[in-house]
Amino acid sequence: MANLNDLGIAAIRDGFRKGDFSAREVADSFISAVEKARALNAFTVETPDHAIAAAEQADRDRSQGDFKPLSGVPLGIKDLFATKGVQTASASKILEGFKPEYDSTVSGKLFAAGAGMLGKLNMDEFAMGSSNETSAFGNVLSPWRRNDGGNAALTPGGSSGGSASAVSARLCPGATGTDTGGSIRQPAAFTGITGVKPTYGRCSRWGIVAFASSLDQAGPMARDVRDCAIMLEVMSGYDPKDSTSLKLDVPQWEAGLSSDIRGKRIGIPREYRIDGVPAEIDAVWEQGIQWMKDAGAEIVEISLPHTKYALPTYYIIAPAEASSNLARYDGVRYGNRVAPENGSLDDMYKATRAAGFGAEVRRRIMIGTYVLSAGFYDAYFNQAQKVRALIARDFQDAFKQVDLILTPTAPSAAFGLGETTDPLGMYLNDVFAVPASLAGLPAMSVPAGLDAQGLPLGLQIIGKPLDEQGVMNAGLALEERAGFTARPEAWW
Amino acid sequence: MNAPYRIQGATGEWEVVIGLEVHAQVTSKAKLFSGAATEFGAEPNTQVSLVDAAMPGMLPVLNEECIRQAVRTGMAIDAKINAWSRFDRKNYFYADLPQGYQISQLYHPLVGEGEIEVELEGGATKKIGVERIHVEQDAGKLMHDQHPSFSYVDLNRSGVALMEIVSKPDMRSPEEAGAYVRKLRSILRYVGSCDGNMEQGSMRADVNVSVRRPGEPFGTRTETKNVNSVRFIMAVIEYEASRQVDVLESGDSVVQETRLFDPDKGETRTLRSKEDAHDYRYFPDPDLLPLELSDDFLRECRESLPELPDAKRKRYEQELGISAYNAAVLTAEVETARWFEELLAATGKTGPEVGKAASNWVISDLFGALNRLGKDITESPVTPAQGAELIGLVADGTLSGTLAKQVFEIMLETGDNPGKIVEERGLKQTSDTGEIEKVIAEVMAANADKVAEYRGGKDKLFGFFVGQTMKAMGGKANPGVVNDLLKKALG
Repeated sequence: MANLNDLGIAAIRDGFRKGDFSAREVADSFISAVEKARALNAFTVETPDHAIAAAEQADRDRSQGDFKPLSGVPLGIKDLFATKGVQTASASKILEGFKPEYDSTVSGKLFAAGAGMLGKLNMDEFAMGSSNETSAFGNVLSPWRRNDGGNAALTPGGSSGGSASAVSARLCPGATGTDTGGSIRQPAAFTGITGVKPTYGRCSRWGIVAFASSLDQAGPMARDVRDCAIMLEVMSGYDPKDSTSLKLDVPQWEAGLSSDIRGKRIGIPREYRIDGVPAEIDAVWEQGIQWMKDAGAEIVEISLPHTKYALPTYYIIAPAEASSNLARYDGVRYGNRVAPENGSLDDMYKATRAAGFGAEVRRRIMIGTYVLSAGFYDAYFNQAQKVRALIARDFQDAFKQVDLILTPTAPSAAFGLGETTDPLGMYLNDVFAVPASLAGLPAMSVPAGLDAQGLPLGLQIIGKPLDEQGVMNAGLALEERAGFTARPEAWW
Repeated sequence: MNAPYRIQGATGEWEVVIGLEVHAQVTSKAKLFSGAATEFGAEPNTQVSLVDAAMPGMLPVLNEECIRQAVRTGMAIDAKINAWSRFDRKNYFYADLPQGYQISQLYHPLVGEGEIEVELEGGATKKIGVERIHVEQDAGKLMHDQHPSFSYVDLNRSGVALMEIVSKPDMRSPEEAGAYVRKLRSILRYVGSCDGNMEQGSMRADVNVSVRRPGEPFGTRTETKNVNSVRFIMAVIEYEASRQVDVLESGDSVVQETRLFDPDKGETRTLRSKEDAHDYRYFPDPDLLPLELSDDFLRECRESLPELPDAKRKRYEQELGISAYNAAVLTAEVETARWFEELLAATGKTGPEVGKAASNWVISDLFGALNRLGKDITESPVTPAQGAELIGLVADGTLSGTLAKQVFEIMLETGDNPGKIVEERGLKQTSDTGEIEKVIAEVMAANADKVAEYRGGKDKLFGFFVGQTMKAMGGKANPGVVNDLLKKALG
């Protein structure tokens, strides 16, 4: 029998149905992989009991001929998703030890579909970061290493760094991620896996610790397009508990998968060619364009004129919302409290939040508080809202000419831990990812190849609102042509 | 026209300018953004959902009933209803505010400008402008008396829907402010959008007061928070106005600040000054979509409005021939009007034929009795149907006014129907001429001297014969018939 860890979601699901192996065998195999890979620090909590219980249930169900969409499939769950009875800390000290009494809608749907949970995945604190270095539970290491023999520790990207590292290292066949400004796509690109950020509103945000409410979206991270489609179908759907969730039926994306994209018009935005981006990024983009042509698509040069304002706009809106969303972590009702002797309520707030939040989170709370404050609101927040509308309109105009847009996912391959210390330099990681987030559009990253150092590079496909099918079909066309089979060699 | 209210300072007269922000709890089983219950007086923290406690990842979902009630309230004061409105977050830290922000409506309120007509002493009326009504969440409650060094938090109220009804600075005396709050309360209770219970905190006001020389521009105002009775609101205005006059006359200036009222001392004191004012960092709540109201929804709101106190009062005067005073009394409280209309319906009659008598009976006899018993109209021992029956017995001559009062007293004690009381106790008024003539003859025989005096021109004695006849008949004779027969008998 093949190593079960090498199987993706579809292969596990189908093999389990056929009786090639039991769900318990699958769970045990991944549990053991998780235990052996602690050096990666991908998990903040391991939950083998949860995975085993789901597997045993799946095995019992199978004997009755009862199969759920994810029966037998164990997954990793990003620590941003509330999980009943299991620490949900958003990788923050302020929530360390917090065990919610509820499951998020998305993780609950996955469990109801038969999936088990291998553990909670490490991430940047409150999903704020692009390298997973802001986690209160320590860096996640990428399983990838440069081919220079130097063994430098690399970032898996962020904020869904634990998810990316775990899927890439074969610790789980799939994981949940969340994407506010690239947090699924950039780590997927850095670790050679596939990740989808669906249209804003496809997945309920209920029970996902909020970072920036108008941008946050859950999505799948897995080894290939099909596995993402399977997961996304389960994760999506209208939730009356989230007023911004879309009241639409969930399409059968897996059944609709087709790499036949003949006649599709693929837009290449000229504003995404920016100075200072390594030639290898341009090269992989050119390669992607060529694959699209080979697949029979028509390439159209387009303009998204407000692209250069996307990053500044994002770094006003996201911190503004975050500064308000994170106000609830005050030490009063749950989470950690630091109450100075004989101190006032204000003293408790200050001490609790100073001790509980890391530097990046504090920085964004300060930025957000500033841009919303009296006298600055119009100049920053209001202006950013207007620019956001212009960015969305750029896409609307572009989608009159094209069906999909192809860009690089990130402006570089994975970098070394500790290499990027300047916050602004770090923010640049999401320069290609953020515009689609601001516009609420579906977008995905597909592994396209390796750079000269042997590190994965990803291509991003952006689609019209609700056209996840089109995005994933184009992703499949790229996947077939890229034939990306590289994987990190186990050193952990 | 009343003389304008003026404060006599050492240096001359001052005028007071008042604006009120009334917070009214929306009548709804569930909170504004969660399904938790809203009942008053529950054990602490028993009516708290995950949303109200602001657990991580929780999201608000708007309760349509609260919006319906606020829209109906707006319609009841002829206000502009904004079919497009939006919720904003008002950010500040306090232990009774779990989210760290209150969801409110700053930039785009649900209800725009409207007005309320208030009645003043001496029958004058005045229109008070309403600037806006917006919908927002209430906060929880801190309990400082549970532990020597800790404060406890009760989140039962956290997330309860409030309407903030903001008046224009149109009031010029404590009386006007009192009349405004009473009228607003009356309208809210008619509409059913707030129970108006000020003791339980369902209605409370932030009182904005400034003073100026008559005719000059507005002065600097102070805002006294959370005043929870009409009497206290009026006391705050009186206190603040005279305090501000003192400050100004001593050469200082009034500081724009937030103040608190101390009901025990009847004073206000500084809570925080403008410099310490919060920067609330309002911005649109990204968890909620803008609120768009359909024409159908608005029509349904309008159609569900009851007849309101002003319209009802006019109708009582015009269609029922009720005096202006009686009409105002009967319509001031929705329960009174409801009781009165049930009584009218039970009489089976309409118009002035019954209106006058019924309104007089309710206001003098029923209210008198209820006052004596310390009960309000919803606790009346006599039902509207019983009242109607009693009024009917007077109208058809079965009971005289005096007998009716006796019967009513028995009704209050026994709860019996008046017809039964009349029957069992023989309290029926008699118009039997034979019987009355017989009694008159006896009275005349017993008072032959007085008969002679009367016939000799002492007309005043007629009343004596009426009294003697009625007394002899135990008060049950029809006074009209007695009059007629006596005149005939005495010649």
